[in-house]
Amino acid sequence: MSAFLLRKNIFTKGKGEQMKAFLILEDGTVFTGTSIGSTRDMISEIVFNTSMTGYLEVLTDPSYAGQAVVMTYPLIGNYGITPDMESLKAWPDGYIVRELSRMPSNFRCEGTIQDFLKKYDIPGIAGVDTRALTKILREKGTMNGMITTNENYDLDEVISKLKNYKVEGVVSKVTCEEKYVLEGTGKKVALLDLGAKKNIAKSLNDRGCEVTVYPADTTADEIIASNPDGIMLSNGPGDPAECTSIIKEIKKLYETDIPIFAICLGHQLMALATGGTTYKLKYGHRGGNHPVKDLQTGRVYISSQNHGYVVDEDKIDPNVAVPAFKNVNDGTNEGLAYVGKNIFTVQFHPEACPGPQDSGYLFDRFLEMMGGEK
Amino acid sequence: MRDGAGNCITVCNMENIDPVGVHTGDSIVVAPSQTLGDKEYQMLRTSALNIISELNITGGCNVQYALHPETFEYCVIEVNPRVSRSSALASKATGYPIAKVAAKIALGYNLDEIKNAITQKTYASFEPMLDYVVVKIPRLPFDKFISAKRTLTTQMKATGEVMSICNNFEGALMKAIRSLEQHVDSLMSYDFTDLTDDELIDQLKKVDDMRMWRIAEACRRGISYNLIHEITKVDEWFIDKFAIITEMETALKTQELTPELLAEAKRIEFPDNVIAQLTGKTEQEIHDMRHANGIVAAYKIVDTCAAEFAAETPYYYSVYGSENEVEQTKDKKKVLVLGSGPIRIGQGIEFDFCSVHCTWAFAKDGYETIIVNNNPETVSTDFDIADKLYFEPLTAEDVESIVDIEKPDGAVVQFGGQTAIKLTEALMKMGVPILGTSAENVDKAEDRELFDEILEECEIPRPTGGTVFTAEEAKEVANRLGYPVLVRPSYVLGGQGMQIAINDNDIDEFIGIINRIAQDHPILVDKYLQGKEIEVDAVCDGTDILIPGIMEHIERAGIHSGDSISVYPAQSLTEGAKAKIAEYTRRLAKSLHVIGMINIQFIVCGEDDVYVIEVNPRSSRTVPYISKVTGIPIVPLATQVITGKKIKDLGYTPGLQPEADYVAVKMPVFSFEKIRGADISLGPEMKSTGECLGIAKTFDEALYKAFIGAGIKLPKHKNMIMTVRDEDHADAVEIGRRFEKIGYHIFATSGTARALNEAGVKATPVRKIEQESPNLLDLILGHKIDLVIDIPAQGAEHSRDGFVIRRNAIETGVNVLTAIDTAYALITSLENTDIKKLSLIDIAKVQ
Repeated sequence: MSAFLLRKNIFTKGKGEQMKAFLILEDGTVFTGTSIGSTRDMISEIVFNTSMTGYLEVLTDPSYAGQAVVMTYPLIGNYGITPDMESLKAWPDGYIVRELSRMPSNFRCEGTIQDFLKKYDIPGIAGVDTRALTKILREKGTMNGMITTNENYDLDEVISKLKNYKVEGVVSKVTCEEKYVLEGTGKKVALLDLGAKKNIAKSLNDRGCEVTVYPADTTADEIIASNPDGIMLSNGPGDPAECTSIIKEIKKLYETDIPIFAICLGHQLMALATGGTTYKLKYGHRGGNHPVKDLQTGRVYISSQNHGYVVDEDKIDPNVAVPAFKNVNDGTNEGLAYVGKNIFTVQFHPEACPGPQDSGYLFDRFLEMMGGEK
Repeated sequence: MRDGAGNCITVCNMENIDPVGVHTGDSIVVAPSQTLGDKEYQMLRTSALNIISELNITGGCNVQYALHPETFEYCVIEVNPRVSRSSALASKATGYPIAKVAAKIALGYNLDEIKNAITQKTYASFEPMLDYVVVKIPRLPFDKFISAKRTLTTQMKATGEVMSICNNFEGALMKAIRSLEQHVDSLMSYDFTDLTDDELIDQLKKVDDMRMWRIAEACRRGISYNLIHEITKVDEWFIDKFAIITEMETALKTQELTPELLAEAKRIEFPDNVIAQLTGKTEQEIHDMRHANGIVAAYKIVDTCAAEFAAETPYYYSVYGSENEVEQTKDKKKVLVLGSGPIRIGQGIEFDFCSVHCTWAFAKDGYETIIVNNNPETVSTDFDIADKLYFEPLTAEDVESIVDIEKPDGAVVQFGGQTAIKLTEALMKMGVPILGTSAENVDKAEDRELFDEILEECEIPRPTGGTVFTAEEAKEVANRLGYPVLVRPSYVLGGQGMQIAINDNDIDEFIGIINRIAQDHPILVDKYLQGKEIEVDAVCDGTDILIPGIMEHIERAGIHSGDSISVYPAQSLTEGAKAKIAEYTRRLAKSLHVIGMINIQFIVCGEDDVYVIEVNPRSSRTVPYISKVTGIPIVPLATQVITGKKIKDLGYTPGLQPEADYVAVKMPVFSFEKIRGADISLGPEMKSTGECLGIAKTFDEALYKAFIGAGIKLPKHKNMIMTVRDEDHADAVEIGRRFEKIGYHIFATSGTARALNEAGVKATPVRKIEQESPNLLDLILGHKIDLVIDIPAQGAEHSRDGFVIRRNAIETGVNVLTAIDTAYALITSLENTDIKKLSLIDIAKVQ
């Protein structure tokens, strides 16, 4: 080991480095920064996440497909890339940060975020006043935006493109291609992968379950035929109302007596399948500090969240389902218990990763629903 | 936090830059944690919640962990099932008011029923999300205890701390460094360039208050992060950040200063003067270049939620290169209240009391109030004290950026100690009117010649003396006056650098020490008068004065007023002396055109010879004390006077107020056992780190209460040691006789023992420490001694013996007194331990 190192001074400008990048919002706001990751143009819906740790889990959460993520915490990449990916690749369309760490430091660090973004061809921008950007999204609501390295963009043209942009068909992009099995000796769980984070299957697997992961377009009949002890509907990206064919299949699952536990998109789809409706929140809930109240016990848990849509609680038929969890901040629905059914769904993420593990007990509740441990 | 229903949340996670082994109070701390991945963080968070739940705590709890840097192994170091020192820091770092929420939980509320005061939309049952970085640096007292070991260990030594906020780590660190007020403003402030590489690498092992500067020097020389990490155990992420700061130093030194480079330097919070120094330009040039290029500070809000919700509370920190969030307010007159920075010996929490009460008084008068301060431990940095809070360093540049945005109608400097006073000139240059006593008159009190003129004009005697710049001049003055003399730098607080010299050698040594600490100001040499020391705080409206009361020190002149036991009302003054004190106070306040607070220290010799030894035309350390024991709200009164009201219109009769019918004793509290190697003997330099108050109907009882408050619980073994100077033998006999009477067995060094025995006080002679066992040291280490009375000789020649005795005694938990008067006070108190039923006086109702 050499005692000395030669490091290039970060403030010495070299040729070709520090390429400028621009983030252009639908409302005409332009942020200038430096390009990170891919240099190609990107248009997407811009959303913000307030987590202070877990940027890698965010980058690999399939629910971010079709969105570009702004991290409100200003220092990103401090511990580099670790083995904590929540899926096999990075999903967001774009990545927006205040500052990327020059030198990550962690005993499990395998690389830098800079290289990671390049590897998955994700365009990004650093040096953005992310707080100012977040305030715009908070005040005006989630909107579309473009990241470009082309200094000669035509603002009017970009804005009209942004206004016409719509995210579609993202679930089919993120789901697994073929079903696969995580061996276990306990309960048999069928997991419908709508864009599942790894830790959902792992949380069940850790509790002894044998988890069979099915692609999103699997029919209800196929799942029912496999005779599972329980069905798990995962998280996933996009507008739930768009998933019409999946909703039909879920309706069939609802009509069986098989215990069902659903998270996030799965929760929304179950509501839609049983006559409920969803609407888009002004700027969503994305982060690891959202308080949810278990209406049965009155206890409040801090939860990991990532959703732009929410189930409209007022339109739920009380004969079908009753609210089980509520967001303490804005009172929106965070979970439903289905009347006369062994079905329980939540909007937040008990699988954490990133975020608090406080609601991990819900997986235990699911096991109880399936008749306890085998 | 956990409530009665079992709901729990974490408020803040913090990471110490220092490895385990340095007390967390002495560590440089960053919030949130920077080098922990979500897996590590959630593991510790879940563990903390399990601990608080298992312990069934309702309220706040603090858990400290040691996390193995290369595995997921962790250990719990400490669990504090209460609000702790860290809670204050966590509250200020996140905007989440831990103590307030804990209080509401104690009243039976649950977290989801308590509104978040910052957003007014969310509830206390959420976890704060930061979109900035917080750095805390401890304020260590090694500038006060020059002989103390600077090593940082598991024993906390810091007296206070500073906190800073920025949207990058480098910037937060740079701001925190200059907030310390220890002559440091960058990572170049301690110079290690003289060391060879090998020496430097070797010195990286030292864990003291200069460790960060050594790491920076190692970065400058390109010593590998790995090696630095191996030695210091500081995470490489932080080392890289230090390196980035040093790279900016190099860039500024070697590259042309383009607006882009300047913007980068400001983004990571290089102060203008450091940029000037590195680029060879003047500070003014840098300032002008910044303004010409629009490189100015912007202010962001601490909102607990990373901008997810709109915040109602104006709690600001500065950044460069971002959008400004401060809302312009114009409807009211605005006043800027400058805080007093970190708590240090000589400038403690007393000044925060003044700042807060001043702010409230201005608010009551219809002003919009703006506080600038950087101390997370204080009330003034609670976001609901002033209309606006700027959590910023108290340097001229940082304050100017705030002034540029806020354009205040005036600034108050007389309540923030020297920290605020030092900003007077800069504020005037910025065109901000100084409210109250003018800067010119503040200067007059400090400038020896101008002050002498005023004293002469007022016909007030003062100890003779002179102003000097060199040791030669000092010796000349000292010999003219005759030893002993008092030597001190002007413009100091807490008697820093003040010493009693008894000969020419002392002068040489003291002037050497004074000049080592950066000093632009002259040195004062005064005749040392031994008499009663008296202190007065007064309010002056330009015509009339109001003196709430006269305080008398138990220890005679020569011991710093902050280290003296102080009694109100004065117990041994003649009416004539009191009248003179009141009259001199009036003359001085008028002559200095004081509008607001003035503090004067007198020496009274004989019946009524009154001399003035010090005048501070500002709020002093004793203001909270005298306010509380007299019930006269002098800070609000002074504030009202500053806004133009007259004492007569405020419901008070000018002059010295009637004395109370009870007695209050202020007792200093020391922390010597915590600071290894510090000399504990009292002198003109302040050493106490706190104080307590005893209040009762009689002096004896008040004194007894004060000693108990200060933690002196005697008698235990009824054994004591006395070792005094020859000139104190008469006093030693008197004190010894009284201790003997209450059953004490006295051990004494040969001379003292002889004097005692000759006078009929039984004393067992003991060998000095350099002599064979059993000697004095064995006695002390035997844990059977209650008390050591050791009166050291004045002057620089501290006997090595005395030092060792005092240190060993302190470290064994033995009480040590180094002043005859304190010993008299203690025995008086012990003679009254039969006071069975202590009287209660409601301090909230004293008038």
